[in-house]
Amino acid sequence: MLTTRQVDAYHALTVVAPRIAEGFRPGHFLGVAVGGPHTSMLTRRAFFIHDVKPDYGGTVEFVFAVDGPGTAWLAGRRARDTLDLVGPLGRPFPLPRDPVTCVMVGDEYGSAMLFTVADALQRRGCRVDFVLGGASADRVFGAMRARRMAETTTLTTEDGSLGMRGRVTDVLPGVIADVRADVVYASGPMETLRRATAVAVEFDIPIQVAVEERMACGIGVCMTCVLPVIGDDGVTRMVRACVEGPVFRGERVRFDDVGTIPFDALGAPGGGSRNVS
Amino acid sequence: MSVDMRTYLGHVELANPIVTAAGCAGSGAELAQFFDLGRIGALTTRSITMAPRAGRPTPRMTETPSGLLNGVGLQGPGVDAFLTRELPWLAQRNIRTVVSIGGGTVAEYAALARRLNDAPGVTALEVNLSCPNIEDRGRVFARDGAASAEVIAAVRAVMRYDVPVVAKLSPDTADIVSVARACATSGADALSMINNPLGMSIDTETMLPALAAGTGGLSGPAIRPLAVRCVWQVRAALPDVPIIGMGGVLTGRDAFELILAGACVVAVGTALFHDPSSCLRILRELEEIVAARGYQRLADVIGLAHRPPGATARHRTDFEESSL
Repeated sequence: MLTTRQVDAYHALTVVAPRIAEGFRPGHFLGVAVGGPHTSMLTRRAFFIHDVKPDYGGTVEFVFAVDGPGTAWLAGRRARDTLDLVGPLGRPFPLPRDPVTCVMVGDEYGSAMLFTVADALQRRGCRVDFVLGGASADRVFGAMRARRMAETTTLTTEDGSLGMRGRVTDVLPGVIADVRADVVYASGPMETLRRATAVAVEFDIPIQVAVEERMACGIGVCMTCVLPVIGDDGVTRMVRACVEGPVFRGERVRFDDVGTIPFDALGAPGGGSRNVS
Repeated sequence: MSVDMRTYLGHVELANPIVTAAGCAGSGAELAQFFDLGRIGALTTRSITMAPRAGRPTPRMTETPSGLLNGVGLQGPGVDAFLTRELPWLAQRNIRTVVSIGGGTVAEYAALARRLNDAPGVTALEVNLSCPNIEDRGRVFARDGAASAEVIAAVRAVMRYDVPVVAKLSPDTADIVSVARACATSGADALSMINNPLGMSIDTETMLPALAAGTGGLSGPAIRPLAVRCVWQVRAALPDVPIIGMGGVLTGRDAFELILAGACVVAVGTALFHDPSSCLRILRELEEIVAARGYQRLADVIGLAHRPPGATARHRTDFEESSL
């Protein structure tokens, strides 16, 4: 581990991890073991990769908020401590072939993973605009960096302490209309993704969302992080956010049914196909 | 000094005693990117059901001290998709595969066994008896020796003779030895234990159960003493029945503990969520421990803790006296 820094309400850790840095694509995440070698905390914590740099053979940085004993332990790590990481994990963002106009929507520390996406988009000649938000000013991540790289940056806070008062999704329609956006990239809590998808559907433009579903293994074996997603064949399946995602086309995710098994999902209890032998 | 790690599940030889536990290895492909699945004794599939199953709503998992509480609800593709996609993938790579099956009725278990009968690549069949019995008000089969025996007899009758049938037992029963005996008598070639005991956790912030399903199966090192006790008791009662031991194995030392209690195969489950390549590490550590105790064969240490106190362990070359 290289450096640890506190960014307002969040922590950012930079780790020397050449193999992860080498395989990284925007949208990837990593699984971090917490609690040391004899830990009683058995599940890895999953974090989106915020940044990758070539220094020291390859470093990765990830951002998190302390919300339990695992992340508290992680926040207490110092330079030269070692961390047990697995990654890069997940399916990265698909990037457009043509130079299009992209709006990046980041809520809370979900913003952190959008910057590498924005970099990649700009390298392809895309125009990038940011909409970042959080509950309060100290919970808006990356506003400075967004201002440096984007054509426009719109900030929102729910308490009005920075930018416009409200949620990112309140200002999103205006931004999409102003910049004539072709596509939306969104990261943040599920509720934000649901609202952002509704806005994108309204404007009839595609949206890619990176979901934050609670994970245990991050590699697709534990079946914890499932959510209902409509497949190419129109069938809803309970898919794993860690291997089938975490990036999905927003309109394919049944946000209203997250946390349930929709009755028409493949293999749902009481569904037509059950117990047919 | 290398140790002969070969072990037997019925008449089927496994290269070594480390296998994955049911429901902890996905379809196999997920783990294959972390280590060569051909190097472990066998891979156990998730419990295959007749129809596809979407499983339980989320949240499905919560962390408890040294444990995990899960209520996944046997999410899986159903036997048709398993036979067309997942099993061939494993068979093509010559990965030894223990297929776990789960059903709601005796007839469903038998039908699953019939479907798997001619499928190439089935090393053994593990019968997950911790499924609710639809015909008995949803009480799980594994609670009761008679219900378990009925399932095992039906599966054994259908399954080809050269595929061992393994009964997976739950510690949530009044007397695991009687369930074990009932399964062995009705034709189980081996027993595996323990399935997750039921537990529960309540989120004190939301003041609601932490899992959508309310209760869930507890796994991880928290249940290891329970597993060691069950293996010990069943081994003592049925010394000739092979046992697959499982429950919170994180290290070679943990695997060795279950082997000393009487297991000839050890399954790794929850450890895979923490460390996807843990199987090979555990195997290496186990081999080192067996060698360090002065044994050349794994077979010589199976159930060794059952010897009378004070008795020297046989086959220990370092203090065995010459017969001359």
